Amino acid sequence: MIVSYFFVFLFLSMMSYICVYAYQNQEVMINNSYNAGQQILVAQNRRGSIMARDGEVLAETITLADGSEVRKYPYDSLFSHVVGYSTKGKTGIEDRMNYYLIQSNAPLNEKMDNGMQEKKNPGDNVYTTLDVGLQEAANKAMGIYEGAIVATNPKTGEILAMVSKPDFNPNEISDIWEELLVDDESGILLNRAAQGLYPPGSTFKIVTALEYIHENPSDYTKYSFTCNGSIKIDGSRIQCYHGANHGKVNFEKSFAKSCNSSFANMGTKVDWNSFSGTLNGLLFGKPLPFELESAVSTVKAKPDMTIKDQMQTAIGQGETLVSPLHMNMITCAIANDGKLQHPYVVDHVENANGAVIKRFSSSGSTKMMSEQESYILQGLMREVVESGTATRMKDQSYTAAGKTGSAEYNSERDSHAWFTGFAPVEDPQICVTVIIEGAGSGGDYAVPMARRVFDAYFGAGE
Amino acid sequence: MEQYIVALSKYFIAICMAIYTYESFSVFRFREEKQRKGIYTRQVILLFFVHFTSFLTICIKTGDLQYLFFYAFQQLAVFTVLVLFELFYPAVNRLVINNMCMLLVIGFVILTRLNMGLAIRQFIIVAVSMALVMGIPYLIRRFREIKNFSWVYALLGILPLGVVLALGNTTYGSKLSYSIFGLSFQPSEFIKIIFVFFIASALYKSTSLLQVAYVTAVAGIHVLILAASRDLGGALIFFVTYVLMVFLATKNFLYLLLGMAGGGGASVIAYQLFRHVQERVQAWRDPWSVIDGEGYQVAQSLFSLGRGGLFGLGLFQGAPEDIPKVERDFIFSAVAEEMGLIVALCVIMVSLSCFIMFMNISMRMRDRFYQLIAFGMGILYIFQVFLTIGGDTKFIPMTGVTLPLVSYGGSSVMATLMMFSIIEGLYIIRQDEGAVHVKKKNRIVEGKRAEGEKETP
Repeated sequence: MIVSYFFVFLFLSMMSYICVYAYQNQEVMINNSYNAGQQILVAQNRRGSIMARDGEVLAETITLADGSEVRKYPYDSLFSHVVGYSTKGKTGIEDRMNYYLIQSNAPLNEKMDNGMQEKKNPGDNVYTTLDVGLQEAANKAMGIYEGAIVATNPKTGEILAMVSKPDFNPNEISDIWEELLVDDESGILLNRAAQGLYPPGSTFKIVTALEYIHENPSDYTKYSFTCNGSIKIDGSRIQCYHGANHGKVNFEKSFAKSCNSSFANMGTKVDWNSFSGTLNGLLFGKPLPFELESAVSTVKAKPDMTIKDQMQTAIGQGETLVSPLHMNMITCAIANDGKLQHPYVVDHVENANGAVIKRFSSSGSTKMMSEQESYILQGLMREVVESGTATRMKDQSYTAAGKTGSAEYNSERDSHAWFTGFAPVEDPQICVTVIIEGAGSGGDYAVPMARRVFDAYFGAGE
Repeated sequence: MEQYIVALSKYFIAICMAIYTYESFSVFRFREEKQRKGIYTRQVILLFFVHFTSFLTICIKTGDLQYLFFYAFQQLAVFTVLVLFELFYPAVNRLVINNMCMLLVIGFVILTRLNMGLAIRQFIIVAVSMALVMGIPYLIRRFREIKNFSWVYALLGILPLGVVLALGNTTYGSKLSYSIFGLSFQPSEFIKIIFVFFIASALYKSTSLLQVAYVTAVAGIHVLILAASRDLGGALIFFVTYVLMVFLATKNFLYLLLGMAGGGGASVIAYQLFRHVQERVQAWRDPWSVIDGEGYQVAQSLFSLGRGGLFGLGLFQGAPEDIPKVERDFIFSAVAEEMGLIVALCVIMVSLSCFIMFMNISMRMRDRFYQLIAFGMGILYIFQVFLTIGGDTKFIPMTGVTLPLVSYGGSSVMATLMMFSIIEGLYIIRQDEGAVHVKKKNRIVEGKRAEGEKETP
């Protein structure tokens, strides 16, 4: 009797295991290159479309008269990196959502009709969070420059726009493939917004400021420093941007004017043990919680660092590298009262008849700082627009806040232009991060571009 | 029209199979075969539906009508088996017969899809075996002396195994078979049955320590020879059968514990000693990291399982042939992929239904020897099912045994048919016992009534 019961139990657990295993691992297994399942599905179903948030088609498969299929990208190069391509390998959403795009959840009777007529079933469609208007605005704002723009909703984590330049036309990927392979200089296929790593320059002062506030919650306002264009400690010298002399500055003004000397000074005052903890909490050195491929930001922060390294790191130079997406995420956390809502770009999957098959949302949240700290940073960033380095964004129909950066990347003092910020200040709805490669100062180049994205979002401007 | 048939057939097959499986358990609500008659008739109809629809799909999909001839032969064979068993043995247990036919039919269908040549071979083996095993219930019932030859069984088991070890052909790294007249035999499949007879005959009268020691020694030789032939699945089946039969005979939990401890220890030693054991454990833990090597088979099997979904991709629409040795050890995954998870789970349930019936028969046997035989057969059968399906699905490491009645394999299918026939023989003996018992009871009741009549005139 015991033996019978034992075997019945054993078999029941094996059966439940089989069901759970087959169900849970379906996606991973279909995407495995050893699995013939992909070819089977591709032979049965026509690859589904990828849509923007308002239903505009970003990618679709069209069957030609001779029965062959082409993948069309109606916006040409506009979404080249984030949507990606699906021939010559797969990238972006085309890659990430491949499992859903090659499935068909069309109703059974339609599938049978298709079978009768020897037609393929329509694959399921992927709806993204991307906003065509905003993507166009960001793309246009960048003009001929190279770099990246990321726009997100800090409350939900939805990615609204993600532009990376230089870009390519995915409709012509087969034609330009050879060229792209030869040319590894430009990194044209790289999604700079998520995979590009740049020195953060002064945008990193957000992080240094956070650490200083964290260590001196009550008397950071008493901070004072006299800037005469540069600071020299133990033989290492840090200069303010273009040698500007800021005079006597307090904490707020150091931030608003982006005073390198003052922040380098701060860097020698903070506890680097605690700082490295803060950086951990901000996801430095960790994979970002994002569905598409992204780079890991690096920073040098150790208790036994030299004074020179301390000063360099504090102003976002030295060995620090961040991705635009990561900078955007930190900004989102500030705008969202300290809590990062993880970014996501795929909203849901529908079958060809519009029935929702699966919904996606933010994968969760990460507490990056206390609410109090986020309020203080919001105020500091507001002041940057009001009276600091981002005054080109002042006096709009919306209130914006942010931080500029001009990150030097070679010994000739050429710099990448950064801006990261949010609007409106009272109730942040959008976070925008801009990086323009080799353009010059953030205040002159990145701020106007970010403003155009804000304008497009709030329906202001042109 | 044809497309509709193909598209709908898999749902129809799954539904028929599900109802059949339900019926194969609802049987247990009734004690008497007479009350189960309706169920059995429905099962035969469902069996016919599954078989016919599957082959219809195969014909449409391939556009080849020769499959229809093959189907006709199978159908004829299945009905002959069903009718002849009833005719020769009115007291037969029809659940076991029906389940046996269902599993054979599923095997024919999936083998036809995978490899027509193998399917035909399998069909011939089944037909010949059926003709042979048809007499077994009679023999079991007729020759009660089979209880008394424990040492003969021991020799009959050990000698052929030893010969295989010494001279056998090597298949997939294990020495399992030898060839006679061009036919390749795998003796361990048959020796399993003899092994059960050995333990039963050695323990039915006495379960003294000495007797248990004798059984242990002989069982140990079997298991060691198999392990040396690198047939670890076989060794495991023999071992588990031995432990559980000793437990049933003695009702002593100490033996069970000792057996489990010994088995655990032996597994650890085998893991340390044999490279191919380590490889299989590795492939079980994480087939993905060794997908280019040892993990390939299991990974492909899991892909198959995942591709199928509830109703399967449909016959000839999947890629089960990507799994090496699919028609032997991984037939379950092929069924899951093309016929769907529902049918695959039903195959498990039908096997379980057989096992429960075996156990039922065992429990009701009055004679201890027959009780042990039925129990041993049940363990042999269900443990092998567990090993193969568990291995296919990464529930346990792969051991390389076949799914009885479904997988391709002459010795395996013949031996399993023998087991099922032996069970039928036991069931008939049990019916005789019951009849005698009822007669006795009636006599006593009549006697009492007669006495009562006398007293109350």
